[in-house]
Amino acid sequence: MPRLARGVRTRFDPTRQKWIVLAPERLFVPDEIAFEIIRRCDGTATVGAIADDLAAAFHEQRHVVLKDVTALLSDLAEKGVVVT
Amino acid sequence: MIDPPLAVLAELTHRCPLQCPYCSNPVELERSKTELSTAEWIRVMREIADVGALQVHLSGGEPMARPDLDQIVAAARDAGLYSNLITSAVLLTEERMERLAGAGLDHVQISFQDSEPARADRIAGYRGALAKKKRAAEAVRMCGLPLTVNLVVHRQNLTTLEDLLTMAVDLLPQRIEVAHVQYYGWAIRNRAALMPTPEQVRSALETVERARERLRGRVTIDHVVPDYYGRRPKACMGGWGRRFLNITPSGKVLPCHAAESLPGMVFETVRERTIGEIWRDSPAFDAFRGTSWMPEPCRSCERREIDWGGCRCQALAITGDAAAADPVCDKSPDHVTLTSFTNQALAEGAPDLVYRRYGARAG
Repeated sequence: MPRLARGVRTRFDPTRQKWIVLAPERLFVPDEIAFEIIRRCDGTATVGAIADDLAAAFHEQRHVVLKDVTALLSDLAEKGVVVT
Repeated sequence: MIDPPLAVLAELTHRCPLQCPYCSNPVELERSKTELSTAEWIRVMREIADVGALQVHLSGGEPMARPDLDQIVAAARDAGLYSNLITSAVLLTEERMERLAGAGLDHVQISFQDSEPARADRIAGYRGALAKKKRAAEAVRMCGLPLTVNLVVHRQNLTTLEDLLTMAVDLLPQRIEVAHVQYYGWAIRNRAALMPTPEQVRSALETVERARERLRGRVTIDHVVPDYYGRRPKACMGGWGRRFLNITPSGKVLPCHAAESLPGMVFETVRERTIGEIWRDSPAFDAFRGTSWMPEPCRSCERREIDWGGCRCQALAITGDAAAADPVCDKSPDHVTLTSFTNQALAEGAPDLVYRRYGARAG
């Protein structure tokens, strides 16, 4: 069940009108899909549940969504943004 | 239209119990009586958010030397800023750590001079520094805050980089930074004592790569090749006046923390105008912003909007001209001068260290 790593938080930035991910010594602006995945990493939802939720919300095929979610989370885990 | 900055380095004070000979503060340290008041720093935190910055790095000197640090942290939190405490940690007790966490601090970075107590104390010019830092790292963890261990490396400790990394990992940080000394200010005075050898620089790259493999998914390690051994300059501060600004203890607003070494520049203070006004329109920020100030070889270079000409302070320190291309670049006619400084520093052996002190004017 992925969650944001210690010290990582998200906020809406009124200046840039964008969601921002803030982390120790860095920050990044996720694209819309990445943000939808990141904001579901609350430590209670499984990767499968996140994919279910996104597939329903965006009317996409679940196996396609699951592949994207898995790839992004693995990348974010390597960067220390998400822990699983 | 000028983009807002992303991050601000707030140097709350130049006072520090340590005397590291590579301190990034200017050689002319600001005295405590000139420092901004608590109320002024609280206002500054709001102005930092107003100009559009998202992160504030609370640094010094030693920021813990300010008894009002938790009030400043709370103001940063209220303004929506992500706050990072950059500290030597010798003043970071469990009790103060709890107060800072309660005030909403997001992250702590602790710098280490060595993994061996006597060597660490010698560089810091402070007895018992290492033991205090380790206790402080534990206090950070107990408060649930993320920790970065910053390892400052140079010729006198690079051969033990493996030991430094082992010590760092044992402190259970989220992130480790292997930071080669940068040669400005105090460090220029100690260049001959600290300049790494080419073998050390190569070996450090390999050591860090092995550690990254071992620690993948557990700890992030950031490591940047030291400037004097580079061939392409770094976009210093992400480019002058593009991403970053620095506020000195007395409230001067600078494009980078070493900018006061540049001659003839006038820096406005937060007592005169708002940070937003200074960022968007002031002689200091306009001086090297963008590309129109650039001479050759930068002006026609395809990398001019990648590295933005590199570092102005380094250009000045090596070539005598702040508007020259950063001599780290091998397209710069002064690159050979940089190489000769490196060789000269290595040939001089290991002179005594010049410690960072008020009123020390050696070099």
